[in-house]
Amino acid sequence: MTARPAEPGSAAGVSTAEPVIVAALGEIPLGEGRAYAVGDAMVAVFRLRDGSVRAVSAVCPHRGGPLADGQIDRSVVLCPLHLNAFDLTTGCSLSGQPDLTVYPVAVDDQDRVVVSPPVLSPPVPSPVPSPGD
Amino acid sequence: MPQRLVVIGNGMAGARTVEEILARGGDFAITMFGAEPYGNYNRIMLSNVLAGVEDESGIFLNDLSWYADNGITLHTGREITRIDRFAKVVYDADGTATGYDKLIIATGSRAFVPPIPGVHRPGRGYHQGVFAFRTLDDTRGMIRYAREHQRAVVIGGGLLGLEAARGLQNHLPHVTLVHSAGHLMNAQLDEQGGNTLRRSVEALGIEVITGAYTTEILGKHTVTGVRLRDGRTVPCDVVVLAAGIRANAELAQTSGLVTERGIVVDDQMRALDEPDIYAVGECVQHRGETYGLVAPLWDQARVLAGHLTGADPHAAYHGSRVATKLKVAGVDVAAMGLREPERDDDETLVFAEPARGVYKRVIVRDGRLVGATLVGDVRKVAFLMQAFDRGLPLPEDRVELMFDLGAPSAEVSAAELSDDAQVCNCNGVTKAVIRDTVQAGCKTVTGVMDATRAGKGCGTCKGLVAQIVEWAAGGEVEEDPAASWYVPGVPMPKPELMRAIREHELTSVSQVFATLAPGGEEDARSKMGLASLLKMMWGARYVDERDARFINDRVHANIQRDGTFSVVPQMKGGVTTPAQLKRIAEVAERHQVPMVKLTGGQRIDLLGVPKEKLPTLWAELDMPSGYAYGKSFRTVKTCVGSDFCRFGVGDSTALGIAIEERYQGIEGPAKMKLAVTGCPRNCAEAYVKDLGVVAVEGGRWEIYVGGAAGAHVRKGDLLATVDSPAEVITLTGRFLQYYRENANWLERTYAFVPRVGIERIRAVVVDDADGLADDLDAAMDASVAAYRDPWKERAEPVTPGQFRTSLPLTVLPQVPVREETRP
Ligand code: SRM
Ligand SMILES: Cc1cc2nc3c(=O)[nH]c(=O)nc-3n(C[C@H](O)[C@H](O)[C@H](O)COP(=O)(O)OP(=O)(O)OC[C@H]3O[C@@H](n4cnc5c(N)ncnc54)[C@H](O)[C@@H]3O)c2cc1C
Ligand code: SF4
Ligand code: FES
Repeated sequence: MTARPAEPGSAAGVSTAEPVIVAALGEIPLGEGRAYAVGDAMVAVFRLRDGSVRAVSAVCPHRGGPLADGQIDRSVVLCPLHLNAFDLTTGCSLSGQPDLTVYPVAVDDQDRVVVSPPVLSPPVPSPVPSPGD
Repeated sequence: MPQRLVVIGNGMAGARTVEEILARGGDFAITMFGAEPYGNYNRIMLSNVLAGVEDESGIFLNDLSWYADNGITLHTGREITRIDRFAKVVYDADGTATGYDKLIIATGSRAFVPPIPGVHRPGRGYHQGVFAFRTLDDTRGMIRYAREHQRAVVIGGGLLGLEAARGLQNHLPHVTLVHSAGHLMNAQLDEQGGNTLRRSVEALGIEVITGAYTTEILGKHTVTGVRLRDGRTVPCDVVVLAAGIRANAELAQTSGLVTERGIVVDDQMRALDEPDIYAVGECVQHRGETYGLVAPLWDQARVLAGHLTGADPHAAYHGSRVATKLKVAGVDVAAMGLREPERDDDETLVFAEPARGVYKRVIVRDGRLVGATLVGDVRKVAFLMQAFDRGLPLPEDRVELMFDLGAPSAEVSAAELSDDAQVCNCNGVTKAVIRDTVQAGCKTVTGVMDATRAGKGCGTCKGLVAQIVEWAAGGEVEEDPAASWYVPGVPMPKPELMRAIREHELTSVSQVFATLAPGGEEDARSKMGLASLLKMMWGARYVDERDARFINDRVHANIQRDGTFSVVPQMKGGVTTPAQLKRIAEVAERHQVPMVKLTGGQRIDLLGVPKEKLPTLWAELDMPSGYAYGKSFRTVKTCVGSDFCRFGVGDSTALGIAIEERYQGIEGPAKMKLAVTGCPRNCAEAYVKDLGVVAVEGGRWEIYVGGAAGAHVRKGDLLATVDSPAEVITLTGRFLQYYRENANWLERTYAFVPRVGIERIRAVVVDDADGLADDLDAAMDASVAAYRDPWKERAEPVTPGQFRTSLPLTVLPQVPVREETRP
């Protein structure tokens, strides 16, 4: 993977066509998430307690909650607003919401977090209005 | 090309019929029209919504995505006004035409509005303050209006009227039930049964007037009362009509179908002489009968689906025998068949125990059950219902129809039921379906309920569902283990969990998962509860892993709908100073805080603050956190008390401040909100707080616990009456500590106190019957000593990017900025 050198955390404006260094690993506390701009997209990057990283779209498809503020475990993130759950690896909603976009993410040899463009962006699902809302 | 199936009416019968058709693989292009603007919901549950025991969102049976997923075109909020039987087209109010090959009419019924002067206002529909009780919108309107008014009159003392009256008590203080017949539920109960019921209803605080015709609704602009035929007037500001229902058959009638009291159908649910038009539900009349309950429409839906899809060419509906049950907590009524014996040789058994509110009557003819009434004790209802429905032979010893004699009743009655007996009338689930689910491996009651939807309607059958699961599992029923766990990810109830944590000396959340969770797996849903518990148990030894905290506790503020936060500084006892107000005003102005609001907790909320600005605001305010975000001690509301109030008998303000000073920020299983009030007029609402203190004459103080006035309303129980503020402070700490140690995660005191029982709590906390008082006091002292204002955590972030924005570049739904607060 060819990581373009960039100021950690200041990646706005970089084309999404190539991997982007978003942060030094140490900027993301263990078990938490932080949000970064990758091109025009906003990506929530999580550092799991087993040391691995995950990256998904930062905005909850339910009602726009900030997913980087959510709580995680080794498989899911819970949105802080209404606790909808999403699988961190597949982006799939576990509670009937549209799915998240997953971004390939890795830690390079200098302990920097590198986010790549999504392999296949799923069609943007139009949220189904629920009468219970 | 599949045939076009059009369904008029998207209520319980219409949607159920479509479900049954889909279940049989019916190949139709389905279009549904519903006059209401929603998917299909469980109308029965409106009573529970009104009573506040069920959330609106919990009553939907088919939400909009269900229609989309099944390829059904649904038009909500569209009323069909005409059917052209010859051209096979239906028209809605705008004149839009939709063609069909097969048509199902499922228009249900509506509230019967008796012709009482004053019900309507010319040109305005119902008089303001007059409501029917049929739809979700009716219910919402009624709740909204009732909350702002004082006295309701419910016209009609049948099932619906009783449920309306009970539900309204949840929203206003005075409810009167006006019923025209001589006794309540006269369609189902005989006089003695009705009178027994009346006493139980009156005991709930509902006033009952029987034999009373309402002749007028009084009041020009708003309702002021109702007048009865005997000249009496009953003052009120809300009127609810529950005087019966009428089938919605006008559409069919004006379109040329045969209608009487409903749309006349044959045994295949076909409208008379119409090869392609069918009707189901409350809008139909079958063999001279119309129905007002759901059980018959499940039968009708099955028959119609079997017939239409061809899955069951012999499908025929022969009518239903229905049982009525009242859904009013604490007042059990069930009735079926005859109310009173009709023939000389009908056998009847009557059992009455008026003091306990119990009345039972069973009527047997030719060895078959033809009628039963149960008031106050409905344990035998499942068995009676089945005997009635199927005409089963009855026990020799007729008294067994009323009581379980010695035998292990649960097993017997579950086994007695036949396979196709319908157990859940709301969702139409039979005993066989429950048995099969259990045999397929699901051996917990909650699991079976989730899988079959049994018991998820009005809930009256939950007991029976549990019995059947028990029977079907042959004694191997599994407790739904998770129900008793403290958090979902660690399979232990709280006491066991606490023992294990102590034994293994687990001081961090990750250690708890590693040691006690299955496979050592972390669980995001469990982190917050574990963090709270460990902090309470270990105090300073607790290893605080920040990822175990919910976002609110990471940044000491409450997250809002647009991802910004609110800042609520501490304002002990609701008392502030001009200097403090000025400082708050300046900070709010400088940072253009979108809204400044007085909270229900007697302090000031600065709303709409971005995360990255929190530390700056705290520094400039230089006030401690009010903890308006945590599962923790929140506020102590006070009234002015003896310092200024002419009625005050105790210095409630000083005591409130002292309590807040001492217990500020203490974490717990849920929020703890307190109040101190200077006399029993209770201006600080102490009777409805987790712990409320009321000053009484003679320098004494009453302490109430377990009160609530949020999602749940409950008056607190009197824990003790003491002589001094110092004793109040000690008992407050001891009670809170007992609660912290023993309550389940997120269990507020309003649930905890009744669960444990006030006597038991008093024994431990006040009388020290278990010798625990010193330990409780010491544990609380340690927590108090460990208090540190979290808003001091501002010079340096505790974790990297603690206050970094998580807001996306794309704009979230913004919280509106109000005109008057715009800078
Ligand atoms: C700000 C305030 C409304 C106001 O403008 O007055 C408020 C705001 C919220 N309340 Fe409340 N409650 C506020 C007073 C109350 C009161 C009245 C009181 O405290 O005297 C009650 C009834 C008392 C009670 O708690 O029983 C109250 C009962 C609730 C409940 C229902 C709790 C229950 O179990 O009955 C919730 C929901 C919950 O806890 O799950 C809730 C939840 C909320 C939350 C935290 C919703 C949430 O989870 O985000 C709201 C946060 C809004 C925000 O964005 O900051 N709020 N809430 C009040 C803050 C009081 C304070 O100064 O601390
Ligand atoms: C508060 C309450 C409590 C109840 N409790 C119980 C109980 O405990 N047990 C029990 O068995 N039953 C109970 N019932 C009765 C039960 O709800 C009904 O039997 C059931 O809803 C009937 O179903 P349905 O589909 O025939 O009619 P509905 O559920 O009323 O559905 C008919 C639908 O058709 C729509 N519609 C009507 N005309 C048109 C048109 N021209 N074009 C388009 N759409 C149209 C209506 O808007 C409505 O949505 C209760 C009813 C109420 C109101
Ligand atoms: S009542 Fe409380 S929870 Fe509901 S909207 Fe108002 S502040 Fe929010
Ligand atoms: S916004 Fe994410 S769950 Fe509602």
